[in-house]
Amino acid sequence: MHTVICAKQTPSTTAILAVEEGKVTWSDPGGSPDIANPWDEYAIEEAIRLREKHGGKVTAISMGPDEAREALKTAIAMGCDEAVLITDEAIKGSDTLATSYVLAKAIEKLGDVDLVIFGRQAIDGDTGQTSMQVARRLGWTPLSFVSSVDELDLEGRTVSVTRAIESGRQKVKGAIPAAMSVLKEINEPRYPSFKGIRKATKYMKRELCAWGAADLDADANRIGEAGSGVNWPEVYSLPPKEGECTIIEADTPEAAAVALVDKLFEEKVI
Amino acid sequence: MSAIWVWVEQHDGEVLPVSWEVLGAGRTVAEELGVGLSALLFGQGIEGLAQDIIQRGADKVYLCDDATLADGRAEPYASLLSKLAGEHKPQAILAGSTSSGRDVLALAAVDLEAGLVPDCTALAVQDGRIKATRPVYAGKLLSNVYSKGDTLLASLRSRAFPPAEADAGRSGETVVVEPAMQPDDIRVEVLGLEASEGTASLTDSATIVSGGRGVGGPEGFEPVRQLATTLGGALGASRAAVDADWIPYAMQVGQTGKTVSPDLYVAAGISGAIQHLAGMRTSKIIVAINKDPEAPIFKVAQYGIVGDLSKIVPAMVAELEKRL
Repeated sequence: MHTVICAKQTPSTTAILAVEEGKVTWSDPGGSPDIANPWDEYAIEEAIRLREKHGGKVTAISMGPDEAREALKTAIAMGCDEAVLITDEAIKGSDTLATSYVLAKAIEKLGDVDLVIFGRQAIDGDTGQTSMQVARRLGWTPLSFVSSVDELDLEGRTVSVTRAIESGRQKVKGAIPAAMSVLKEINEPRYPSFKGIRKATKYMKRELCAWGAADLDADANRIGEAGSGVNWPEVYSLPPKEGECTIIEADTPEAAAVALVDKLFEEKVI
Repeated sequence: MSAIWVWVEQHDGEVLPVSWEVLGAGRTVAEELGVGLSALLFGQGIEGLAQDIIQRGADKVYLCDDATLADGRAEPYASLLSKLAGEHKPQAILAGSTSSGRDVLALAAVDLEAGLVPDCTALAVQDGRIKATRPVYAGKLLSNVYSKGDTLLASLRSRAFPPAEADAGRSGETVVVEPAMQPDDIRVEVLGLEASEGTASLTDSATIVSGGRGVGGPEGFEPVRQLATTLGGALGASRAAVDADWIPYAMQVGQTGKTVSPDLYVAAGISGAIQHLAGMRTSKIIVAINKDPEAPIFKVAQYGIVGDLSKIVPAMVAELEKRL
């Protein structure tokens, strides 16, 4: 059983963003400005749990600039066996279409992969589409919004999962190999142990495997900005909220409640 | 010029509210570009919906009625959509930003090697091109996205666009098409569906009442739930309340939960961490009830009461029961 998790480095959830001429920068006075995308920790945890039950290994893949190593470090510290950083000037500016092409190429290069697990979305681009696009490129089973992996049958080559979608909890069964995106409900990610963190620090220095576009035999026209289906030249801050908050004051909570209900009728939202 | 396409999503023969919004948005864009609007209607036993879709603005409906399309699996939908789009080369394909809408467009975008913009909150036509606006970085920033190729695929956020109105005088054409996948080629099999409880869907609801750490415990949610029910809305929660196991994760609003945009959002006992604001700041009217006057939620709210929610919320319920 070989599981791949795809993870990404993102700004921390409390990062303060600045944007100038469409370029976003950030800082975090409270801690590290860069973290492993929080959703990806659920993917990492699920892959490790599946290995604990079924054996095999877990490989973490991340695509990004050379310094974007937080996600892989977290993956190794939590217990992934191997990590691959895909980094190349030529893949800069990739949208989900180009990213899915690169990731599919990397998964093909690994060769013997049964399952690819993604977090639901990255908290910077917020697209949540790459997992399904990788599944499509590989011709594998697409399984999105997975809230539990119910059965993995390696001999019968099937995986059964529960998906949390608008209409309820849908149970589906699909062929392996499969690519899935997982939700927060799926597990409680472990904290990396002290030993795990030490191992990860060492791994990142000595063993981390880095692949470029040439290693993947990637078509130059299908990666980076050239291979993207969209561009996004304008990124900007939200327009400021108009007006201040009207604080409703009254002698009793009951009177305040009545005054508030009046306002809501006036606003025609009741 | 090539048309604008809208995938009209239906479940058990009911068109989703967001699909009428997407049809309305598609009509606006098509008129600005001076092109036709076509709808894609896929499913089983859904023929009767075509007329309704035409009355709400489609010039043409591509109808596929087949057993493989009955349970909403993304693969047969995507394959049919990309086959038709490959033949007719529409300028844009729009869908609701639902789990199915997102999956179908993601798969089809690969087939078509086309640009994909998920979860848009605005569409505009600029110099003959479609500009799709979407929140990024958990709603802290906005991004304008453009297609580099001939076809743009975009999913639209629920409640961000006005729904298409029906006009009985409209006419249009229905084109029956064949499915693109054989039953045995579909890699996913649906084993069953356990339907959600009777509560209104958070993302579709015009009114949401959410509780946070300030409600104090699972029983503290009772008045909050009552207010939601009285207003005919849905119940939501902050991450703090979910993490404390006071309420299920399905109710969580925010960065790691649901993104909502109701007409009225009442935040009871929610301080307003940036992660929560990311999920609800586009609501039309935000009301904050919190005992801490410095709580950041007051910075995004239009109306606020500084006080004890366990007294204020039941008083609101009592007042509303008199007046509704």
